[in-house]
Amino acid sequence: MPFNLPLAELEVGKHLYWKVGQLNLHGQVFLSSWIVIGALLALVVVGTRKMEREPRGVQNLLEFLWDYLRDLARDQIGEKAYRDWLPFIGTLFLFIFVSNWGGALIPWKLIHLPSGELGAPTADINTTIALALLVSLAYFYAGLSRKGLRYFEYYVEPTPIMLPFKIVEDFTKPLSLSFRLFGNILADELVVAVLAFLVPLVVPLPAMFLGLFTSAIQALIFATLAAYYIGEAVHEEQH
Amino acid sequence: MDSITSAASVLAAGLAVGLGAIGPGIGQGTAAGGAVEGIARQPEAEGKIRGTLLLSLAFMEALTIYGLVVSLVLLFANPFAG
Repeated sequence: MPFNLPLAELEVGKHLYWKVGQLNLHGQVFLSSWIVIGALLALVVVGTRKMEREPRGVQNLLEFLWDYLRDLARDQIGEKAYRDWLPFIGTLFLFIFVSNWGGALIPWKLIHLPSGELGAPTADINTTIALALLVSLAYFYAGLSRKGLRYFEYYVEPTPIMLPFKIVEDFTKPLSLSFRLFGNILADELVVAVLAFLVPLVVPLPAMFLGLFTSAIQALIFATLAAYYIGEAVHEEQH
Repeated sequence: MDSITSAASVLAAGLAVGLGAIGPGIGQGTAAGGAVEGIARQPEAEGKIRGTLLLSLAFMEALTIYGLVVSLVLLFANPFAG
């Protein structure tokens, strides 16, 4: 991209490559995900170090988050199985949420890289596809471990005509999960970058707030859908 | 990239977003209309309706975003560039 912006360069498809054997890794995604993971770990460690009966400050925030995620998982997965999957759903939600907001709020431009630039890890298709494939593995594992081979009955219920559709669904689930997240986050960054290129002051602010809002919703949607797929897999038919 | 390929790619990128915005636009309008009707009938359910509406709007918006992903691939990572 030929744009040269003061705050962020508008670059799609430029990366900081790290060579590991035959592989080309996108280094900037690793760096920003490590920062996100580090921030989350630090928050949790600080919040749980001196726990009190009456939560204050960070502990209060963490307990609020835990309640919120527990309700989300319980609504989608059901009372019986949600405890096993709450850590997975919670990790997905927090990682995606903090990545999305971190990509918009942290001034990455201050950290100079030889090529490419730091940004939300979820604005890279590889991150979102990895997360979506994890969800696929998770719901297969959930179904198989809970029901054994009877899990595959789900494919022929209510009629065997549904079989091809259900098989196609297994492929479209990760595809739509990953593209939805990737497209939304990249679109937010592009809209803000284009507006900042046209009018550098004030005008991009509403778009940035809209971006923050949609990124939060996208994190919620990803977590909700992951929980819904797992819930679908462990759901017992009432005969 | 030869000129025909680039012209077709730019045109296709525009069409992918433009045509992809029609359906979700109609759908979002219907959904928002239904939500307004629901709030008018039952103002005390506003919070619940708003939450559901925002979630479903985001699902519909995802359809346009798929078009956007296709057009971004055509513009920035064109597989036919050769």
